[in-house]
Parts: sequence; C-alpha cells; structure tokens
Amino acid sequence: MKAIKRDKRAAIAAVLPMYIFTVAFIAGPLIYMLVMSFLVRDESWGITNELTLRNYLHILEPVYLETFKQSLRLAFITTLFTVLAGYPAGYFMAKLPPVWRGRCMMLLIIPFWTSSLMRMYGWIIVFRANGSLDSILMALGITDKPLKLLYTYPAVAVGMIYALLPFMIYSVYASAEKMDWELVEAARDLGASRFRAFLTVSLPLTMPGLYSGIVLTFIPSMGLYFIADILGGNKVVLVGNLIQEQLMRVHDWPFAAALSVILMILTTLFLFFYRKLSHSDKLEGLV
Amino acid sequence: MKKLPLSGIYITFILFVMYLPILLVIIYSFNENKLTSVWSGFSLRWYGELIRDRSMFEALRNSVILAAISAVLAAVIGTLGAVGMSRAKLRGAAVMEYAATLPIMVPEIILGMVFLAFFSLIRLPFGMTTLVIAHTAFCVPYILLLVKARLAGMDKSYVEAARDLGAGELRAFFDITLPLIVPAVVSGMLLAVAMSMDDVIISVFVTGVNTNTLPIKIYTQIKTGVTPKTNALCTILFLITVIMGGLSSVIGSERKSRVKADKNKEVIN
Repeated sequence: MKAIKRDKRAAIAAVLPMYIFTVAFIAGPLIYMLVMSFLVRDESWGITNELTLRNYLHILEPVYLETFKQSLRLAFITTLFTVLAGYPAGYFMAKLPPVWRGRCMMLLIIPFWTSSLMRMYGWIIVFRANGSLDSILMALGITDKPLKLLYTYPAVAVGMIYALLPFMIYSVYASAEKMDWELVEAARDLGASRFRAFLTVSLPLTMPGLYSGIVLTFIPSMGLYFIADILGGNKVVLVGNLIQEQLMRVHDWPFAAALSVILMILTTLFLFFYRKLSHSDKLEGLV
Repeated sequence: MKKLPLSGIYITFILFVMYLPILLVIIYSFNENKLTSVWSGFSLRWYGELIRDRSMFEALRNSVILAAISAVLAAVIGTLGAVGMSRAKLRGAAVMEYAATLPIMVPEIILGMVFLAFFSLIRLPFGMTTLVIAHTAFCVPYILLLVKARLAGMDKSYVEAARDLGAGELRAFFDITLPLIVPAVVSGMLLAVAMSMDDVIISVFVTGVNTNTLPIKIYTQIKTGVTPKTNALCTILFLITVIMGGLSSVIGSERKSRVKADKNKEVIN
C-alpha cells in the first residue's frame, strides 16, 4: 500500500512540469482569448473591461461571412484534391516491395521536412509571369502569352494541396500497410473484379487512414494564411489572413479573438465528427 | 507484379512534383544574374555574399538557439509527463493530455494570436523568451505522443523487477525506463527541431522587433522582394534538413535492428 502511494507521488512529481506549463501557457492564453472576444476594444489600441456581443455580431456582416465561405470552400477544394492525388499514392506505396517502401518514405519525408517557405518560394518561380510553367507551355505551343498565374486563386489552391499532400499520403499508407492483403486476394479468387475487390475490401479497410488524412488536411488548410499571403497576394483573403490583419494592422484584438473562437469551434466540430465517423481517437500517420 | 509499372509511374510523378519547387530554388541559387527570373550562367557569387551578410548569421544563430532550447525543454516536459501518466492513474490526466496536445490540433494562426494577446497581458517583453515559450508549447505534443506510444509498447515488468530488487524510483527511471524510451525522445526532439526551425506563423506574432529568426527573414524577403541570396540561404537550409533527416533515420533503423536482435536473443534463450 505504501509503495503504491509512493509511486503515485513520484508520478505526480513527474507530470508536474507538464501540468504547470500546460495550465500557464496553453489553457491560460486560450481562456484569455475567449474572455477577450467578449470585450470592447479601446479607441486606439488595447481593450476595455466592458462586456459585449458586438464582436460576434460583427462577423455576421457580409464581408466577413464571405471570408469564412471562401476559407471553407478552399479547404474543401484542397481536401478533395489531396484525397484524389494522395490516396492512390499512399495505397500504391503500401503495395511496393518493402525495400522500395522505405526508400519512398524517405524521399517523401525530405520535402516534408524542408522549410515550407522554400517550397512556396519554388512555386513562385513556377507560377510567375514568364516563369517555368509559362516557358514550358509557350515552348510547347499550348499558350502564346504568359498566363499570369501568380497571385490567383488556383495558385493558392496548388500551394495548399502541395503543402498538405504528404499528410494524406502518410495516413493512407499507414493504414494500407497494416491491411491484410490476403483478404483482397481471397475476394479476387472468389471472382470479384479488381475494381470490386478494391471497393468492398481495400477501401473499407483503409477508411481510418483516409479519415485521418482528411482531418490532417482540412484543419490546417483553414489556418495556413501565409500560403494565401505568398501565392495569392492580397487577392485571396482567408480567415487566417483576416485574423492577422485585425491583429497587426487594425489592432482590433477583441474582433480577432472572436474570429479565432469561431475558427476554433469549426475545427473542434470537424474533429468531433471525425471521431464519430471513425470511432477512433488516434490520427493515423501523425506520429 | 505486372501491375507495378502504372503505380510506379504514378509514385514517381508525385515525387517529382514534390521536389519540383525545391529543385527550382536550388538551381536558381547558382544563377549569376541579380534578377531571380533570368538565367545568365552558373555562379557561386550569392553564397559568397551570404557568408558576408552579418544579419543572416544573427538570424541563423537565433534560429539554432531557439530550436535547441525549445527541443530540450519540450523533451524534459514531454518525457516526464508521458512517464508520469503511464505510472499511475491521475485525476484529470486525460484533460491535461488533451490540453497539452492542443497546440498541434488548432490552426497555427490561433496559437499565434493567443500568445500575442497573453504575453502582452502579462507584460512579457517580446523576444527570445516569448519565442522559446511558444516554440516549446508546440514541440511538447510531438515528444509526449511519441514517448507515450513507446511506453505503451514497453514491457512493464522490467521496471517492476528493478523496484522489487530495491531500486528507488529515480534509479529505476534512469537505469530502465530512460534507456528504453531514448529512441522515441530523440526522434521527437529531431521532429521538434525541424518544426521550430521551420515555423513562421507563430514566430511572427511573438517575436520582438530586434529578434529575427531565419524563417522570419526569408518570409520578409519573399514578401518584399527576393534576391538570389534568398535562394542560396534556402539551399543551405535544405542541406541541413537532409543531413538531419538522414541522421535521424540512421539512428532509428539502428535502434530497430538492435531491438530485433534483442528479441531474437530472447527467443534463443
């Protein structure tokens, strides 16, 4: 009995730094944000101690609603294309011989670890007028003048899809690799076509990976404001850009807080539905 | 095996697209021309200019210091937290774990905003201190999750045996638990360093006027106008990443083969 008590004391001592850090620097700031979203901003800078719902009503104005709509639309487009491009990649990778699987993982990890700024900068080189893409298209005679793709919606979408694709590939790969491939063979032996075997066996078994991938692409795509910033100029305004602008330029912190609260509620709802759908707490392929 | 070509071609295509922007940045870092859009011949000129640029070195130094301190702090906090939670059922542990992993669940911009507001509330001067706190916050989850997974797969009887034989709690931790979870801690730390060295969004919000990190510097340059020096800087960063990635995978695979060897020994015995 004494030993158990001592064990517990040791455990409490061990978790103490984490508890203190989490309460002080994560829970504290988040609660402060929630409180601040109900406060009134001061004339020029800072906040007063007056309570209000104005910040939330502010969001309902068409300009800001439109920003939310645009963000959600881009998040959906991004997620859709990462599924279409990433699912086959992850699935095919799991079918490779083990040696090649390892090599592919390594090759995929390197760009993932590379500074996301460098990769976005690379896309600027591709998209800018008379850049790589224009040169190739004009040389092939497909277009006869520069497309001016940089600072457009498609450029931002490509940047987003590119940045988040590895998450999808890992997630799908993680669950496809664990799958029992003999089940597919059994289905084929029993006369199922390759397509049907995929639909009835492989797809359901890799669903957890697909769900994880969707969560891991959808959530960040709502917040990656710097991609919209770099590849979209000022033309594509997402919730993230709006928050940044309110914080840094307009200095309306309570409004920025209210926007963040709404964005966080959306994120949490999404995670909640994910858990309902997949009956799992773990995000496959995340770590 | 006959199906391989099509899937092989597809994977090659995806990998090509993944590397395309990176390769372009690297190629243009050797461009002699001052304009990044016109190729006029091979040159190492921009690497030379980079070396002479003091503000770059300062940014690099800041980034390295920041990544090192945050990774170490996160490793201590995360490892102890994971070990503590695995040893005894503590009240509220689930809630705390959820809160501790929030930084990788919520969009980064929110984290940035939250820290900005909170640090100005408690009047903490913006600079290295605030950067370290923010970076530690988003590094802890990686270590916590990795170590927790490692502990879950660990045989508890080792620690129990050590305790039965009279080892104290600390002794058992340092002699048994720690050596077993070191791979998870190391790979978590490498991940933390990579994330810290790459972070722009949160850093932009919590940095002071005089504290530049490399990503912030690159970000400002991309926004205001790039020079081939930016390309050279990116290329050097890329090389560091590849070396670090290579190292971590070597460490990982060595550990794995050793674990396998140990298992074989067990079977033989």
